This record gives sequence, structure tokens and C-alpha cells, in this order.
Amino acid sequence: MSEYVIEMLNISKEFPGVKANDDITLQLKKGEIHALLGENGAGKSTLMSVLFGLYQPDAGIIKKNGEVVRIDSPNDATALKIGMVHQHFMLVEVFTVLDNIILGAEQSHMGFLKKDAARKKVLDLSEKYGMRVDPDALIEDISVGMQQRVEILKMLYRDNEILILDEPTAVLTPQEIDELIAIMRSFAAEGKSILFITHKLNEIMLAADRCTVLRKGKLIGTVDIANTSKEELSRMMVGRDISFRVEKGPFKPGNVVLEVDGLSVPSRVHKKNAVSDVSFSVREGEIVCIAGIEGNGQTEFVAALTGLEKASAGSITLNGCDISHASIRARSCAGMSHIPEDRHKHGLVLDYTLAENLVLQRYWQEEFQFRGFIRRDSVRKYAKRLIEQYDVRSGQGPETIARSMSGGNQQKAIVAREIDKESKLLVAVQPTRGLDVGAIEYIHRQIVLQRDAGKAVLLVSLELDEVMNLSDRILVMYEGRVVGEFDPKQTTVEELGLYMAGAGRKGENTAGRADA
Amino acid sequence: MKDFFRRRGTISLLGSLLSILAGLLLGFVLLLVFNPSHALSGLSNMLFTGLRDMSKLGKVLYTAAPLLMTGLSVGFAFKTGLFNIGASGQYTMGSFFALVAGIQFQLPWYVAVLLGMVGGAVWGAIPGIFKAFFNVNEVITAIMFNWIGLFAVNLSLNNMPMMIASYWGAVTKERTAKLADANPAAILPKLGLTESLGNYMNIGFFVAILSAVVIWIILSKTTFGYELKACGYNRSASLYAGINDKRNIILSMTIAGALSGIGGAIYYLSGTAQFTIVKSLLTMGFNGIPVALLASSNPVATIFSALFVSYIQVGGDMLQPEFAKEIIDIIIAAIIYLSAFALLVQGVIAKVLMNRRKNCAPAAREEDDRC
Repeated sequence: MSEYVIEMLNISKEFPGVKANDDITLQLKKGEIHALLGENGAGKSTLMSVLFGLYQPDAGIIKKNGEVVRIDSPNDATALKIGMVHQHFMLVEVFTVLDNIILGAEQSHMGFLKKDAARKKVLDLSEKYGMRVDPDALIEDISVGMQQRVEILKMLYRDNEILILDEPTAVLTPQEIDELIAIMRSFAAEGKSILFITHKLNEIMLAADRCTVLRKGKLIGTVDIANTSKEELSRMMVGRDISFRVEKGPFKPGNVVLEVDGLSVPSRVHKKNAVSDVSFSVREGEIVCIAGIEGNGQTEFVAALTGLEKASAGSITLNGCDISHASIRARSCAGMSHIPEDRHKHGLVLDYTLAENLVLQRYWQEEFQFRGFIRRDSVRKYAKRLIEQYDVRSGQGPETIARSMSGGNQQKAIVAREIDKESKLLVAVQPTRGLDVGAIEYIHRQIVLQRDAGKAVLLVSLELDEVMNLSDRILVMYEGRVVGEFDPKQTTVEELGLYMAGAGRKGENTAGRADA
Repeated sequence: MKDFFRRRGTISLLGSLLSILAGLLLGFVLLLVFNPSHALSGLSNMLFTGLRDMSKLGKVLYTAAPLLMTGLSVGFAFKTGLFNIGASGQYTMGSFFALVAGIQFQLPWYVAVLLGMVGGAVWGAIPGIFKAFFNVNEVITAIMFNWIGLFAVNLSLNNMPMMIASYWGAVTKERTAKLADANPAAILPKLGLTESLGNYMNIGFFVAILSAVVIWIILSKTTFGYELKACGYNRSASLYAGINDKRNIILSMTIAGALSGIGGAIYYLSGTAQFTIVKSLLTMGFNGIPVALLASSNPVATIFSALFVSYIQVGGDMLQPEFAKEIIDIIIAAIIYLSAFALLVQGVIAKVLMNRRKNCAPAAREEDDRC
């Protein structure tokens, strides 16, 4: 019997115009946690899709336990006990947890579902691995972290031995990430093998045994985590040195640009306010960061600030003008730029071309229209300039359909559009969510450049690293209120973590993460 | 690059042709099932009637005009992310307004067409307003307004004696007056085309083509079209970009209604059709849905899909009396249904070509590199 449970040997896969995988070999040992690292577009997802039977490789073979196998569809993969949790969960929102877990593997008797045995198995599994779930809760009612557990339970329910996790931590809070890593470890200890796709180096260093690095469709190498460092991994991934600290100019705050006073926003879910009585200001040349665990009112606050939702009380003043009741466009014209939290939902019209998306906030301006007719030439020229200036990479330049671009480049396009708008205030909500280190470094630099150029920046982030690195002032939001203001030079991640968890300054033991 | 486009064009044309062929085959099978002895002659009737003589071609154009308008109506709303199932009601209101203008008020044809447009626009705007301000699904409102429109028109006609044919010396009381009797000035100009293309021919088809071009320009060239499509593709993103989505929903439904309204007007102002008081919805509005789907809502392609559907319908009429009217409708439906598979077939063809290309990959890749 071979040392490896799964071997993907010399896999190549070509799409029109791109070689997504070029002669890649990946070998997975039994009972190991193997990280697959690479930037967006490096070919990680393609490689995993080949393993899961979604794509057929143009060349190369896959072996399981030393024997060559053919995986033509996800069904074949399931039969070989390969399971995958996709980055975007494949769950039926209106079904219960139990229904989702057994979906596709349900047992029935004369056409009637037999759920009792399934329920027992699910409960046993969640007991065994400490993954608490309520089998009767509806998916739409449970948190993203819970949904991920359901996805993992789905694989366990099918007795999978090889678990593929595609960017599992992208949607989790720091605490949930710790739990997930612990769960992964217990799987590995049992002899299951885990392949997890990521571009977060911290997590690899923490969780993985070995790591395979891809860059631009090519295999760069496989390394033992014990013998490597974060810096080496990032060099392998990007091909150059990456600075983890952001260089900032001196802190020279100017006039107040944004003044928020007593803002309250009603919640859509419950009767209480999602945001209550929030007041603060942002000055020129300053990055103010709102930190907090997801779901503590940040989303609603930004929606009210940018005009997507109505506030129930309070006022917003931008450059001395009261914009509390102004329309979204009026706020935009008054000098507010907004990098939205969800780039697919708000940031882009995915079926529009890149050029059309780049003028999404400006298409009605003199420069781009004449008597209601769009001036295609100036749109294209403008798009070309932004693409060049902000290094947005895409297959067909301005004519690329936004949907076909990689996440990092989609985000770069949004950043380019919002920064180029010549605004006074930049509202950036989780601008680096789900991006690789190269793109993160780039976007951080752009944000700092804006600050150094004298703009006011309001950053909303869940990543404590980002918060600590970028901000000049930190506000912690908890249950819709600002519970503390900090100077990043004088606070610690632990202290922030306490406030984020609602414990306040006089909390007893620090529950914050030591690794962040 | 040129090569690539030519190939893509070929694929989509080939796909459409193959689908139509498959549809015709199915149609033929159905003909065989229902009446084997007349199946062959029936098929040839369907296929060639439209071209047999110029007057039949005229009839194809005549039927295509309102189909094109309702197809545009449905397609335009689609592009904005709305499903305008109310084309039938808008078409009915358009017809009614145009006929009242022409018969009751003795107005000339161009005013009647404009009023027909207004009638349709009002009927389209209402579901739009409900959607924008009360978030009522436009499908529900539009279906109800189909019936409300139909019965409102029937009720009005029953109480407007001057509108009815009998007032002008004819026997029937179920139809509106012949325009030739009531007001010849309300008949659409024929531009002397009747000589070559038969009695049915008038400028209606050209009005429809003009509308298609205007809609194409609005959708692809203007900021208004940019906003409408943005709303259709992604309402949240258009909201984020400060686009007034309520205004756009109402405008989009209003324009869609206006298009259907023009369709009704040009059909009934032809001078050959008379509005009949019946208790069933006019199918012309619903036929706009397959016309729009066949054309993937592209306004220019809608011209061709309307012509195709009209051509098959005119051919289908010739199957009587060997085949029952209902069976003809089934056969036409089957043909149109399979024709809508064009996109699917295109995908298959593209895949086959791709596979072949892969086998001679190095050469093909070089070609790609050049462009």
C-alpha cells in the first residue's frame, strides 16, 4: 500500500486562453492536514475541482491508495470517499440542518424518508467532534459558522476520508477559526486526510502539516510547515517579498470631514435597534477603523451612513452639509466613496463589462454622456486608464465581463472606481475580505495613500491584523454601540478582543487570541 | 479575432437552424400521427405557404408586426428584470384606445396609433407602480389587469353603439365597425404596397421595425438603458450606485406597455381586422413571450423571431380543414418550443468544435496568441 491516500500526478487543465493547471503534482498522506496555498487565479480551485470530478484533466492521473482512479463526476468522488466544502456553501436555505445533511444520501422506505437513523448518526457525529448543531434549525436561521459545520457534517455523514475545504476560514470569526482548526486536528488524528485551500498564512502555520504552493497554474513546491516560515511561504506564493507592515506617513489630521451624531438604525431581524446612538467623527488624513465581530451592527451602520437604509435617529454631516436624509447619489456627489462589504451584491453588476462597472458611479456625468447617450469612447478611455493605473488584470481589458474576473481583480476594480472618484471620505468595508496577500498588500497601500493625501478614511474590518496595521484610531462596536475608542499604538489585540466580546476594560481573563 | 467572430456567428446560426429543423421534424411527426394522408402536403404548406405568393408574404409581415411589438414589450421588460405577462391586457387597451379614436372620434390613423400607445402605457404603468411602491409582484398585478382590461373594454364597447359594426350597416353586433365604413382616414397607409404584397400589407410592419431599432438604441446606447439593465441584472448594485430603481421600474413597465399598445393599434388599424367582443384574453400578448425568448430579448433579433413565428402561423392556417385548429396550434407550439432550444444546441456545437480544436491544440493556440 502506498504512503499516500490521494495522488494527483502531473495534472494539466487548460481553459480557453489560460493554462489553469500546468503539470501539477499533489500528494496527500493519510492523516495529514495539507494546505494548498496560492493567490487568486493560481489554479487551486481548478485542481480541487479536478479531484472532486467537476472538471476532467487534460493530462495526468489521479491515484487513490496507489491505484489509478477515474473521477468523472462528484458522484465518483463521493464513492471514493472524497468530500468537499465549497467556499460558497451548497445548502438549501429553507431546509433544516438534518435535511441538508442527508440530502442526496437520504434513506427511504417505500418512498417515505427514514430520518430517525440519520438523526442519530448526525447527533453522534456532532457529539463526537464537539460540533454542536441543532438538527431541526433552518439553514437560513443559523450563523455562517454553523452553516459551515453543517457542510462538514455532511461530509462526515457520508463517511468521507478525504475532506477538501475551500477557503474555510474566510467567513469565520477569530474564535470560530480556532474551533475549526481544533476540529480539523481531531479529524487528522483519526486518520482522515484534509486538504484545505487558503491564502491566510497564519492559519497554515497554525494548522497544517505540509503545504503545496501554486503560482499562476504552476507547482512551486511542497514544504513541511515545521521547516518553513510565513515569509518563505509568501515568497513562494507571490514570487517576491511581501511586507506585512504597512508604511504610513506621519499622522497629520486636518478638518473634520465626517460627523456622525447619535445615529440609530432599526434592525430588520428583531425589534431592537441594530445600531444605537453612535457618535464619532473622522478628520482629513486619518484612518478611523470600526472593529468588531460580525453582526454587531457594522453592516447596518454602513448602510445608514451611505444611504442604503434609513436611520431612525441621529444626523450625519459630511463636509459641513447635513446629509442625514440625502439620497445615495446625493451623498456620493457630496464626496462619499464606498467600497461595499459584498462586492457581488453591491459592488458590481457582474453581467456588465469591466468598463461599464468602472463608470457605475459616474456614467451620468458630463464626461461620459451626451444628451442621454453614453459616450462609449470616453468610457473605454477612462476604463483603460483605471485598468492601467490600478493594475486591474482581466482577460479582455475593458470588455471583460466582470463575472469572469478573479475576486482580487474585481475588488481592485471597485477600489479603483471609488478612489478615483475624487471624494473627501472613503468608506471601506472589509476591503480585503477573501483576497490573497498580494491583493491585500495592494489595497492596504491604496487606502494608506488616500489617507496620506489628506482624505478621511472610515474602515470597517473584522480582521484584527488589518485594524492594528492601518488605523489611526480604533472604535470597537458591540451590539450596535461604540463601546470603546483606542489608539492602536497604545492598545493590544487582547484588549480589543475583550471589548469586541463585550467584556469591557475591566474584564478578568483575556479571551483574546494570542496569535493574531 | 475576425476568425473567432465569424466562427461564433456560424455557430449561433447553425444552432438556430438545427433547432428549427428539429422543431419541424417533430411537427411532421405530429402531422403523421393526426392525419397521415395529408402529412406531407401539410408540411409543405407550413414550410412554403409564406413564400408561395407575394400576398402570403404580405400576410406574414402583417401578422409579424403586432407579434414584434408584444415581443419587444416582453423583451424590454425582461432586460430590466421584470416579467411583463400583462402584454395581452396592454395590447387590448391599445387596440381599444386606437379604435375609439378612429371610430368614435373620427381621428386620423397617426393620432389613433399614438392614443393606442398611451392606452397600453397606462395599462403597463399600473403594475409598475404597484411593484415600485408596494413591492407587489408585477406578474400578479399584470395578470389581473389582463382580465380587468378585457372586461373593461368589452363593457365599454357594449355601451358605445357607434363603435359596433351594426351601427354602420353591418349585421354583426359582436365586432367593432369596419374602418373602411366608419373612418377610412384611420386606416394605416398602405404606401401602394397592396399592389405587390396583397391586401394585408400596410406600414404596420415598418412601424414595428422602427420601434425595435429605437428600443435597441435605448438599451445599448443611452444612460437610461444602462440604468435599466443595471436594475435588471443586479438591483442591489444599482441601488448602491444611486440609481432610482422605483422610477426605472415604472418607466420600464410604461414603455413595455406602450409597445404592446402600439401593437394592438397597428393590428386593428390595418382595416382588415375587427375587434371581437369575446370573453378570452387576446393571445397576441402571450405570443410575445416566445417571440422575446427566441430572440433572447435582443430587440433586433426580435424582428427575426417575430417573422419566424408569424411565418409558421400563416403556414399553419393553410392546414385547415384537414387538421383541426387546435391540432395546428399544438404543432406550431411544438415547432416554436424546439426552436427555443437554439441556445442549447449552440452550446453543444461549440463543445464539439472545442474538442476538435483541442486535438490540434498547438496550431489553434498559436492562432489565439496572435489576437
